[in-house]
Amino acid sequence: MDLSAINPVLLVASLMVAATPLLLAAIGELVVERAGVLNLGVEGMMIVGAISGFAIAVETGSPWLGFIGAAVGGAILSLLFVVLTQVALANQVASGLALTLFGLGLSALMGQSYVGIKPPAMGKLDIPVLSDLPVVGPILFSHDLILYLGIALTAAVWWMLKYSRMGLILRAVGENHDAAHALGYKVIRIRILAILFGGACAGLGGAYISLIRVPQWTEGMTAGVGWIALALVVFASWKPWRALLGAYLFGGVTVIQLNLQAAGVAIPVEYLAMSPYVITILVLVILSADKSRAPASLGRIFHASH
Amino acid sequence: MKFTSLLATAAMALGLATGAMAEDKTKVGFVYVGPVGDGGWTYEHNQGRLAVEEHFGDKVETVFVESVPEGPDAERVMTQMALEGADLIFTTSFGYMDPTINVAKKFPKVKFEHATGYKQAENVSVYSARFYEGRAVQGTIAGRMTKSNIVGYIGSYPIPEVIRGINSAFIHARKVNPDVQFKIVWAYTWFDPAKEADAAKVLIEQGADVILQHTDSTAPQAAAQAAGNVITFGQASDMAEYAPLPRVSSIIDNWAPYYIARTQAVMDGTWTSTSTWDGIGPGMVGIGEISDAVPAEVKAEALALKDAIASGAYHPFTGPLKKQDGSDWLAEGETADDGTLAGMNFYVEGIEGDIPN
Repeated sequence: MDLSAINPVLLVASLMVAATPLLLAAIGELVVERAGVLNLGVEGMMIVGAISGFAIAVETGSPWLGFIGAAVGGAILSLLFVVLTQVALANQVASGLALTLFGLGLSALMGQSYVGIKPPAMGKLDIPVLSDLPVVGPILFSHDLILYLGIALTAAVWWMLKYSRMGLILRAVGENHDAAHALGYKVIRIRILAILFGGACAGLGGAYISLIRVPQWTEGMTAGVGWIALALVVFASWKPWRALLGAYLFGGVTVIQLNLQAAGVAIPVEYLAMSPYVITILVLVILSADKSRAPASLGRIFHASH
Repeated sequence: MKFTSLLATAAMALGLATGAMAEDKTKVGFVYVGPVGDGGWTYEHNQGRLAVEEHFGDKVETVFVESVPEGPDAERVMTQMALEGADLIFTTSFGYMDPTINVAKKFPKVKFEHATGYKQAENVSVYSARFYEGRAVQGTIAGRMTKSNIVGYIGSYPIPEVIRGINSAFIHARKVNPDVQFKIVWAYTWFDPAKEADAAKVLIEQGADVILQHTDSTAPQAAAQAAGNVITFGQASDMAEYAPLPRVSSIIDNWAPYYIARTQAVMDGTWTSTSTWDGIGPGMVGIGEISDAVPAEVKAEALALKDAIASGAYHPFTGPLKKQDGSDWLAEGETADDGTLAGMNFYVEGIEGDIPN
């Protein structure tokens, strides 16, 4: 065992990178579920975002355009979900699952000619003095900007839900769509916007994997992150900061357990491998012991005539 | 009600008709653990499938299902293939072993071929490649090329095939560089690019300047490229898009000749349950072009070793060798028998850490 081989600063820096795709997808889904819609298609929207972003970044040479393309790609795919569940009033669970399957297939098709290509590199934040500080520099001031966007988005969503009128309306729609409708709010329109936002966030998360974390395109490369994001939203009791905590915990324990393995720590590897799931669930379940609960209209179909 | 039953009858009639039409074609099914575009393991199996189509043309029909999880899902997929009239089914991952045996029991007339496992039955053959022969070549290059004397190894699952590879690489790295250490990380997945990239990054952060991988995607190659000054080896497929650096060589699986031969056997009615384990010699394991990043003398040494293995003059597990706990395994000049290799569950002397159960 040689714990000195683990560099804690690099470890914290890399856990933030590992957590970001999960965080982006979870924040998007959180808004969707707060509006009373259960979209199980996160994985599909992520992978479509991953390839849209990758393809656009490669073609234009700009990772920024890539990320914008990824958000648009994820949102366009979520439009399919909108049509199915908000217009055709189909079952949300089935539609979401279909969206994931469709997204996986579509992304494989779109990615045919992008296997083995290197994407343009994303610039990292480099503030003179601050980025060069020991310890604090590598952890806080030398990441790519999308990572900060993830944190900013969490703060924005938290503020929006808690303090803004828009957040109040969104929550009203999610808690009781009939009452919201009676008050004159456009339930369907609000939900559509929330779903599009969720799709864009999932797309960003997917592109973060294909453009920054790995960076390459491989079929099926999101490998289940979307499902973890879905679970995270539930365990985070639909609260943005808890989702951030959960994402960082999950990303953190994943990176730490790999580090411990490489350093030869005498903990059985099976326990290490399952630790990200166990620890994240445990912490969030303990936190959710307060009276938080799911939005009351979650997953229910709304039609003005009912 | 009437309409649906009419539809059902029509569908059944159609199914029967196509079934009858497909009668003269040999139908070959493939079950894959990853996507065909993974650039590694599954990609090469799919190349084998395409070779079968090319070789037999109209006489054969192939079907495949990709990204099938190891477990109950695999059983469903195989059952479905057998019900749809497959004559021969290749199940191409270690974790399909028990599902294959279970489904084979239910369809005694369908032939099954399971890759990298060890359970045979009347209608189940097993086949694998001696990847450890290629690992010996990689180990030699790794031992010569490392400057930090730390070689990182990304394992998938602690099964004999992977452990064999680690031992073989380690023995040959030590042979040319007595100071070399292996750091081993178990990813517990065959295919998860993000996790594989994380594992590679962790190993690099902890000082490794050579990364060997036994997972299926090219993500570790990309991570090594981003880090710079790290060399890697293509796994299962050539991964030439990462040459000349970081990828300096590779192990290439070549399944096509075997798949063609077995399909032919089914057509001729000569198929029997067999156990095949071929290496560099018969061509099932290929060594990818050693790039110019490797010094000429190291390249020559590696190629000499490859030739010695191919001709049978040298066995990668030749004594004297001890197990990790210091007990004797192979005496001077003794070579390991296939039985021990097939069930290998121990590290050789010098590797640190324990094998997960």
